[in-house]
Amino acid sequence: MNETDAAAAESGRTRAAASDRLLARVIREESGRIVAALTGWLGSLDLAEESVADAIEEAVRQWRRSGVPPNPGGWLTQAARNNALDRLRREKRYREKLALLADPTEAATFIGTRELDERLPLLFGCCHPAISPDAQLALTLRAICGLTTAQIARATLAPESTVAQRIVRAKRKIGAAGIPLRIPEGPERAARLDIVLTVVSVMYSEAHLIAGGDAAADRDLADDALWLARVVAHQLPREAEAQGLLSLLLFHRAREGARAVDGELILLADQDRTRWDGRLIAEGQAVLGKAAMLRRPGRWQLHAAIAACHSDTRDGGDTDWLQVLTLYDMLLAYDRSPIVRLNRTVALAEVDGPQAALEEVDALRQALTGYHLWHAVRARMLRHLGRRDEAMAEDLRALELTANDAERRLLEARVAR
Amino acid sequence: MKYVIMFTTTPELDAAVSPERLEQVYRRTYDWFGTNREVMTESGAQLQPVTTATTVTHGGDAPVVVDGPFSEAKEAIGGFQVIDVPDLDAAIAIVKTWPLLELPGVSVEIRPIIVY
Repeated sequence: MNETDAAAAESGRTRAAASDRLLARVIREESGRIVAALTGWLGSLDLAEESVADAIEEAVRQWRRSGVPPNPGGWLTQAARNNALDRLRREKRYREKLALLADPTEAATFIGTRELDERLPLLFGCCHPAISPDAQLALTLRAICGLTTAQIARATLAPESTVAQRIVRAKRKIGAAGIPLRIPEGPERAARLDIVLTVVSVMYSEAHLIAGGDAAADRDLADDALWLARVVAHQLPREAEAQGLLSLLLFHRAREGARAVDGELILLADQDRTRWDGRLIAEGQAVLGKAAMLRRPGRWQLHAAIAACHSDTRDGGDTDWLQVLTLYDMLLAYDRSPIVRLNRTVALAEVDGPQAALEEVDALRQALTGYHLWHAVRARMLRHLGRRDEAMAEDLRALELTANDAERRLLEARVAR
Repeated sequence: MKYVIMFTTTPELDAAVSPERLEQVYRRTYDWFGTNREVMTESGAQLQPVTTATTVTHGGDAPVVVDGPFSEAKEAIGGFQVIDVPDLDAAIAIVKTWPLLELPGVSVEIRPIIVY
């Protein structure tokens, strides 16, 4: 079934939520391509992106009512092109440019004949280190995934005006500072790819941070992240780390159904493994295997390998913790961030016992105090050591610090026991 | 595209580096200018130490003249150079090889020039 049939089928029987999901799917398939093509035509990412964003807003309004047209990409391209021409006519600073672009048929050929998928050079430009991480994420969500500013604001817990400003500044900087929209070659390439993969990974985890929201969020950033990880991995098949991140997100996604049940979070050890998605796990393993054959290890592949260990088990009891710990030790060579070290302590507790793990948790106090999961992990170690009162105090602290409803209920249940 | 690159140092950290090391690193900056001759425009200058700076600043009735640099920052601009390169990545690649970046407290700011 193609997208159009899906649209027809879905519009007939579902309410706004499902149809918004469909719109998201259709739009993100087209957005990045059109922004990239229009940028090439106009010579300005700022103008191109603005015109596409407006076209998307129009599309969402219209398509919600009357369904998705047969050729949504053509519709969006046409609307974006018209928006761009309107802007060029309206704004004085663009007049000169308009003269250069006068022939509209030229635009049609220019955009229509672009067979090359230029989303990746655009993505690598959006993730330039000269753009701040918050803006990298916001710009990627808008230019590549086609989210509206309001959707980005909700998904990243930032005020809409802040997000809008971040995007405008970043786009203007790309133009004014001469940031090239291309995949760098040579020594910069690996470093830039890592930024791209970090942005995709942050996109996935942001999906779970929605304050006051429940575990199943409205616009599914996790879905967008998985989609983008696929785009990157498929277009860069020789980049082992791109495969590693895709594999990692597949494992996470596979467990999603068991992780969040009826808006309640369930810890890995307690998850009903029959709810895991076997198809996604198999795909995650296949992708990780492909990455390993490239023989260029890295942090995303190690994260994925750890996730793979958990996915191998039938129930929490038969986890190969020694292997998990070994992988974490290898991971430390690439990524010594406090969060990685904190996650490692859970494996350390299983292998060397809770006392050794607590010492490591305490060594992270300065870096992570105030981070709710640090307090929750510390509570866990203290409880295993029989220090119940201290464990309770840490759980209460974690409870105070968490902004997510589902996480809060999980902690409340633990405190109540 | 043209960019101004501004070389900054932290004078109090410079003091901690041995004179021999400093001299050795500074000598390599001459080679650096030679190696990158093609992108250098004629605009650029090395500045006298920040202790020689004078600042004219906004005052209620008339501008006020004071001793010292315009900002309280620990870093001080030691010089600038206008370069002409295709894009920011090219500018970054050249700036990354600036020999003084081996020394703590050294930064180089890259700013595009407005073209009218």
